[in-house]
Amino acid sequence: MSDPGDRAHTLRLELVDEPGELLRALSPIAENGGNLLSIFHERGSLTPRGHIPVEVDLECPPERFDSIVEALRGAGVTVIQADAERYGEAVTVLLVGDLVDTDLSDTLSELESCGTASVADFSLTTEEGTDGVSCARVRLAVESGSAERAVEQARSVASEKDLVVVEPLVGEQ
Amino acid sequence: MRLAVLGAGDVGRSVAELAADYDHEVTAFADSAGAVVDPDGVDVAAALDHKDRVGSVGEAAPADALGADYDVLVEATPTTLGDAYPGFEHVRAALEGDRHVVLANKGPVAERYDDLRALERDSAGEVRFEATVAGAIPALATIDGIGAERVTAARGVLNGTANFILTRMAAEGLGYEHVLSEAQDLGVAEADPTFDVEGTDAALKCAILANVIHGGGYSLSDVDVQGITDIPPSALDLAGEDGRTVRLIGEVTADGARVGPRLVPENDALAVSGTMNIVQLETEHAGRLNISGRGAGGRETATAVLADVDRLE
Repeated sequence: MSDPGDRAHTLRLELVDEPGELLRALSPIAENGGNLLSIFHERGSLTPRGHIPVEVDLECPPERFDSIVEALRGAGVTVIQADAERYGEAVTVLLVGDLVDTDLSDTLSELESCGTASVADFSLTTEEGTDGVSCARVRLAVESGSAERAVEQARSVASEKDLVVVEPLVGEQ
Repeated sequence: MRLAVLGAGDVGRSVAELAADYDHEVTAFADSAGAVVDPDGVDVAAALDHKDRVGSVGEAAPADALGADYDVLVEATPTTLGDAYPGFEHVRAALEGDRHVVLANKGPVAERYDDLRALERDSAGEVRFEATVAGAIPALATIDGIGAERVTAARGVLNGTANFILTRMAAEGLGYEHVLSEAQDLGVAEADPTFDVEGTDAALKCAILANVIHGGGYSLSDVDVQGITDIPPSALDLAGEDGRTVRLIGEVTADGARVGPRLVPENDALAVSGTMNIVQLETEHAGRLNISGRGAGGRETATAVLADVDRLE
């Protein structure tokens, strides 16, 4: 159960592509009082080191976060980014178009490619009776002050793939 | 004041009908097919009756209205893009004759603002155009009251037709085409809705707001425009699940002017329903101001026109 005092954190991990690796990486989180919110496991793409990038959103009491990161490292998991303060804001965008044929997984990693945003939540629907058109709502956790940059990145990805992007009003959370 | 009213659509007709109520007199009234001129005051009811029977407000040539005795030209002919012809030429004739001009026609202020101001500088007449942005909402008067240089941004829902369609799509889960035909049946959308749903109308209003706030330099081509025709009901569903909705928002900031569908919280001031419009101003010292109301309609727009006429006195 989440507690009102819990804080949300995002961890970026790198995993070796081996069976059981994901489970092994996640157990130290639960064991140390963390509550998993979402896991973004991008199996199709590899980090420069040839590993699989995984992003984990979790919440935990403020004093537990450091022990979770330590436990992960102690278990041999590579923690790329574990900054509690890193993602201070969020922006939500809608993407409309042929999301499947334009490689959804690539679209999501493109959204993160500016380096200051991370996909925190994602919902997809397919439009009935219209070939190929689908719609996604993407919530991006962004570094404080980088909302405009994340929206610009979304705009540029959308224009590259001929998608329609419905942007938020910037400054609004 | 003696008014020459050009244009006898919803707005021109309402201006002519309401003028007496504001203690003004219509001395000329014209549409594209004819005109009626009377220095002692046009019988507006008779002119409109003539239009209903014959198709024009009077037997005189339309150009005769510009030669009449008047103090204020009310330009309420249809908005045209590019050179804003013939509206701009009507304005030119009035200003060159040192008369005042009140515009309901967006073309001259959206497309040729700098030309318009140049003509005004050489004239004893003044140009006002409150009615061109968001109908009855006193957007420009409010900016004027704050001081344009102290308004850091303006945004809003500036097209009632597009807003009606988005509102209905979100409420009923219906597709764009379905809601559009409903809007056409209700008279909310025109037979050719392109101007509204592609964002052109809102973009013209943004160009006008940008000209007022930034002191000129904008036309339609300077506004980044995206319409609502590509927004499926599922996009509105996804937005709704997250407590948000989609509105066609026009926005003028220091970076420029743009119109496009935007995600806004469902309970946000900008998420007005149906055909309502809203103008939101960001001010340097006083935070945010919101003014909402009816952005279109004959009497609503005529109210803005006649308020402008009163400001000339």
